Amino acid sequence: MVANIGFGSLFITFIVSMYGMGAVLYGRGTRNVAWVESARYAMSLTFPLLTVSVVSLVYLLVTNHYEVAFVSQVTSRSMPFYLKVTALWGGQSGSLLFWSWSLAAFATAVTIRKWDRDRAFLPWVILVVLITLAFFLFLSVFFENPFTRYWQTPVGIVRSFARPDGAVPFVPRDGRGLNPLLRHPGMIIHPPMLYLGFVSFVIPYAFAVAALVSGRTDDRWIRLTRRWTLWAWLFLSLGLILGAWWAYDVLGWGGYWGWDPVEIAALMPWLTGTAFLHSVITQEKKGMFKQWNMVLIILTFDLVIFGTFLTRSGVLSSVHAFAQSPIGPLFFVFIATTFSASLGLLLYRWDDLRSENELHSFFSREALFLLNNLLFIGVFITSFWGVLFPLVSEIVTGQKVTVGPPFYERATAPLFAGLLLLMGIAPLSAWTYSSLKKWGRMIWKPFLASSLTIPAVLYLGIRRWEAILGFWLVGFVLAITLYEFWKGVKARRKRHQESGLAALWNLAKANQRRYGGYIVHIGVVLMALGIIGIEMFQVETQGTIPEGGSLSLAGYTLTYEDLATFDTNDGRNVARAVVRVSKNGVNVTDLYPRRDFFYDANQQMTIPGVRSTLAGDLYVILVDWREISASGATFKVYYNPLVKWLWLGSLVFVCGVVVAAWPQKEPEHLRRYAPKPTKV
Amino acid sequence: MKRILIWAGLAVLLTILAVGLMRAQQGPVKVGQKAPDFSLRTFSGEIYHLQELEGKVVLVNFWASWCESCKPEARDLEQAWRDLQSRGDVVFLGVDYVDTEPEAMAYLEQFDITYPNGPDIGTEISQSYRIRGVPETYIIDRSGVIHHRQIGPFHSLEHVKSVLEPLLGP
Amino acid sequence: MRKDIYHLSWIIMGLVFWALMNPLPGFAQEPTPPDDEVNEIAKQLYCPVCENTPLDACGTVACEQWRGVIREKLSQGWTEQEIKDYFVEQYGDRVLAEPPKRGFNWLAYIVPPAAFLIGAYVLYRGFVTWKARDRDLPPDSEKDLEDRPDIDPEYISRVNEELRKR
Repeated sequence: MVANIGFGSLFITFIVSMYGMGAVLYGRGTRNVAWVESARYAMSLTFPLLTVSVVSLVYLLVTNHYEVAFVSQVTSRSMPFYLKVTALWGGQSGSLLFWSWSLAAFATAVTIRKWDRDRAFLPWVILVVLITLAFFLFLSVFFENPFTRYWQTPVGIVRSFARPDGAVPFVPRDGRGLNPLLRHPGMIIHPPMLYLGFVSFVIPYAFAVAALVSGRTDDRWIRLTRRWTLWAWLFLSLGLILGAWWAYDVLGWGGYWGWDPVEIAALMPWLTGTAFLHSVITQEKKGMFKQWNMVLIILTFDLVIFGTFLTRSGVLSSVHAFAQSPIGPLFFVFIATTFSASLGLLLYRWDDLRSENELHSFFSREALFLLNNLLFIGVFITSFWGVLFPLVSEIVTGQKVTVGPPFYERATAPLFAGLLLLMGIAPLSAWTYSSLKKWGRMIWKPFLASSLTIPAVLYLGIRRWEAILGFWLVGFVLAITLYEFWKGVKARRKRHQESGLAALWNLAKANQRRYGGYIVHIGVVLMALGIIGIEMFQVETQGTIPEGGSLSLAGYTLTYEDLATFDTNDGRNVARAVVRVSKNGVNVTDLYPRRDFFYDANQQMTIPGVRSTLAGDLYVILVDWREISASGATFKVYYNPLVKWLWLGSLVFVCGVVVAAWPQKEPEHLRRYAPKPTKV
Repeated sequence: MKRILIWAGLAVLLTILAVGLMRAQQGPVKVGQKAPDFSLRTFSGEIYHLQELEGKVVLVNFWASWCESCKPEARDLEQAWRDLQSRGDVVFLGVDYVDTEPEAMAYLEQFDITYPNGPDIGTEISQSYRIRGVPETYIIDRSGVIHHRQIGPFHSLEHVKSVLEPLLGP
Repeated sequence: MRKDIYHLSWIIMGLVFWALMNPLPGFAQEPTPPDDEVNEIAKQLYCPVCENTPLDACGTVACEQWRGVIREKLSQGWTEQEIKDYFVEQYGDRVLAEPPKRGFNWLAYIVPPAAFLIGAYVLYRGFVTWKARDRDLPPDSEKDLEDRPDIDPEYISRVNEELRKR
């Protein structure tokens, strides 16, 4: 009954979206505003309708309705309540429904805003959003229906939505339960965050297309969507960071990023999105790069669709899975069509998007933004090619190859280093004109300060030139950015007689985007610190020891003290080891790596015991494919220097974006750049 | 001029992706297609070429020692082989997929398998048959065309024989 | 007689003791390579069956067997390269972490730097063209405003302040 309501609502939403698309086109065609308004109402209906669907599905998940196939696949009786709710995105059909629901939410939010000044955009924004929504609803209705049920027929058990003739519902006694790997806090918020990030990029894209179609190719569409873009970028960044945290905490190989095709598929829109974020600032300030910004947002949109496909089910899969799945061709057609159509529109309006200004100096901020874009696109092309190459190789040579971390790391490390350098230099340059002399004047103090990192690093015994350079870059960017803050606070205090903290607060408030951006850069640089630590200086060891035995790594001694095996009340069998950590004979802490076996899913996973300090993480896992007992257990131990800075840096990063994106009153009449002086 | 280049480039990229996608969607080799030729060097050193076996009924079974579901059908396959061997016009070939020799030999010994088995060096054979996993079995008729494709293990000895029966004749 | 047996047994025990302490060459037992040595190689290889899983982190029975192969080859004295070559020969190119540099695979390594260089070149050309055109125009737009007596100086200073704030 509830399943019928849920599917019914889903189907109605699909019809409503199709109606909206038709109404908009008809309204534009006949220049009848009433039809466009009708389409707008239709779009705002999609969210409440889909909410009914989502609530129905969650209800079925939470009340153990195992005759619904999806419920059987992702829940089980032993799972706690909150996990049953989050299982909504624990499988393909549920996550596609969630995606559509998020898009509907944003679509409704967009329709509610005041449209008086932007009537030209409205029909096209509606059209683009509804086309995308209709596509995903089409997939949900016809291919990945979360409400299909099991029926007992004379022939056997059948799975379908509608009841076959003469069949009765088949209700399994229990479900299979969520994949154990997904029963982790990181994995609970990571998919929704990532999908929110993906979905929210649809809005700026819709406005971009609207700008192209309507001919309003000035920066209006960018200013309208500036906050959308920032929040979209925040969600996407958070999604990636949470995914990395999950990988570090759960997957048990002591790392946070494996350059897996699924990870890369989520990274690519982030790369083009970050390039876009920076580049649109230039369009707003100087009316430049309009054509390029269009390319970037179109790319980001199609990469978002591609990324959604690859990450649907939330568990690591591969590009081969993409290619072999039945909805692969549908996604391919959608991406190819939208990309070609957008490109066509862009070429149609190419000349209207000519820059209003020109580049006057290699050292100007515009030039640096161009360089920033070059580097981000460089990383993007490397990633895209690396993901595509195994497929290409298989077609051309018949040989399967793997493109793994060494390939990506070698190619992207210099590009990321270049981006770090740019983060340091960018605050120094001014719009339109800058020069080495100007930079020199602003840079020498922080540069001196940052050069202190070199003797410090050498003193610690570090000799790898990549690490020395990396640490210096971190110091350099920190020095310059903090110096900017200091200068700003000093100037404010002089003028307004404010206290230090008040000056800082008001400084940021007066120029949210700039200082928010600086905080984001500081966050990134701290993350880079963590990455350099773990990537270049990680050490590991593995050994099988009996109770009482010990392993040593990085100056620590780890002793296997005890093992406890017990069943929990949420359907797990836990084997928990007690590992005592000591250094130079002094006990530091006890760690509890454990192996959880999930009875319902018949799968197990390991949770590491981690001792985390700013200097580094001591990370111990029980190797669960070997015997775990008192007479012998195998432990794998990693020492990951500085990795905590990766997570701390992400927190700073998030704060920075919030500062930059926080709503503020914008004086609309101020133009952002001086008009070009006319020749007299 | 530039526009033509852009569209041409896009067309090329999309064609490559489309072709790749169609290839990937193909799935394993289908019934009715000509069986891809291969040479198999057994653990005992003999070499079999599929093409040279034309005229006989060939059963090609992909297995691995680490494959749990291969084990139930191993005995059935061996028994079927023993029953049909004397005819002389049936050949059973076991292709060991991505395995290690000591474990493979132990597996063969455990199930007392007497028909020829060899490792799939470089995964060439499994790639040409585009198998998705193990066990998979392909029954090839006398003219080299695939007659039956078994994804997953056979249910029983009768199942194996029933699939071979139509091809055997008197 | 009994004294002889007594002495003999001591000699035999001494010999046995000596033999145990000094194993003869050729009968020497190679120590089993520790997990760390195996993982050192395993982490450079990828599981031939599971997608994108490095061999040291893979928990399947098959992967344990492959690590066993590495261990065995190490104890027989094979070098790292020899072991990797063996895996490639047995299981194909996909066990390596990146495509081996031969033939068609060169394309994998050439495209990213080539694309970057092309992008850099396009930017460079853009800069040069813009800079060239720029020579015809009056420099420094800020100064220009200040040179215009017909514009209210208060307005100019406010504009400059706005510009500086951004």
